[in-house]
Amino acid sequence: MRFTLNGRTVSLDIVGTRRLLDVLREDLGATGTKEGCGEGECGACSVLIDGEVVDSCLVAAGQVEGRDIVTVEGLALQDGKLSQLQQAFIEHGAAQCGICTPGMLLAAHALLQQSKRLTADDVREGLAGNLCRCTGYTKIIDAVLSCTK
Amino acid sequence: MHEVKYIRPKSLADAVQIYRTTPGCRPLAGGTDLMVMLHARTLRPEPRAVLDLWSLAELKGVLRAGDILEIGAAESYTRIIASRDVQRHLPALAAASRTIGAAQIQNRGTLGGNLANASPAGDTLPVLLAYDAVVVTDRRSIPIDKFFTGYRRTALQSHELITAVRFPLGRRVAFRKVGTRAAQAISKIVMAVSRNPARIAIGSVAEVPLRARRAEVALERNDADGAITAVAEDIRPIDDVRSTAAYRRAVTQNVLRELLDAFARS
Repeated sequence: MRFTLNGRTVSLDIVGTRRLLDVLREDLGATGTKEGCGEGECGACSVLIDGEVVDSCLVAAGQVEGRDIVTVEGLALQDGKLSQLQQAFIEHGAAQCGICTPGMLLAAHALLQQSKRLTADDVREGLAGNLCRCTGYTKIIDAVLSCTK
Repeated sequence: MHEVKYIRPKSLADAVQIYRTTPGCRPLAGGTDLMVMLHARTLRPEPRAVLDLWSLAELKGVLRAGDILEIGAAESYTRIIASRDVQRHLPALAAASRTIGAAQIQNRGTLGGNLANASPAGDTLPVLLAYDAVVVTDRRSIPIDKFFTGYRRTALQSHELITAVRFPLGRRVAFRKVGTRAAQAISKIVMAVSRNPARIAIGSVAEVPLRARRAEVALERNDADGAITAVAEDIRPIDDVRSTAAYRRAVTQNVLRELLDAFARS
């Protein structure tokens, strides 16, 4: 099967019922994507499929044939510079233990792609599928809001 | 460890054919329920293959035909919420879809999946009951009030695929879900009510999403207080990890009162 991962075409011979999460981490070494609950509750494994945020633990790898996948490794700019959102996470102290951070970044990225005019409530709702076990939500919301200006 | 085969059909006709002829085959849409069970190996009977319906064009889309709105079985909640026809004609379905999980789940969850999974807590299912929706399959149409036959059991025959859900238009339905938090919560109770005709449909209060028939009879007579009393007899709540039977009974009555009051004011 083939799909695009962070702009590069990948070609794999795999069992299509494996979780996309496992294929990304084990076969493609894209370990930025984390496993949290494995049940679609926590959002740690969030990735983008054709620009939409999904939990990669709930996607069968076969389902992404021909699709465009973005993981946290693909968020930085071409020259390796961090994106505005990633930089904002650093500046606002929005990462504590870090396990929710890749998923938070991707969910926030998808949200900002939809609209740059967001209230704090919009951000809370947009990130409701991403749990932070350090409960550091305030700084995460601040970081996302700083990218709306 | 045996492998579960992945099959992607080219068309709906192809899917129907494969489903009929492949032993141990299980349909897959957005995977929000099935992938958890597949990974944990808790599906019974254990599937030998999954049939991926997610990308089938025939199962997508929201289509208006006269006084019917038809929604493809594999259309995502995100697209359902975004549909102008749904916002305009089925606002209670849009409201229910917005309470399902969060963005990640709304991008993958489908009506077909919610129906086939037949969880008593399925958030859209009381809405379907209140609208008298019709479940369309590859071979027939099933009225929604004949669809749920027992705990996670449906009227689907073997190798029958859900293709769409049809909603008659022109009915006002109110919706309310009670969960532990605004997003990403499985309901403690979930309710959809139509005043005319009288429909009171409730989830998470019995082994199936149910119609509160005694309460509906009272409501048909314009006896709102009678309906609120009767609804406690219609439901069969249990104590579980999310709530208690006593709480569910009290909240069911309170939510019904709230929704009927809102109808009375409007």
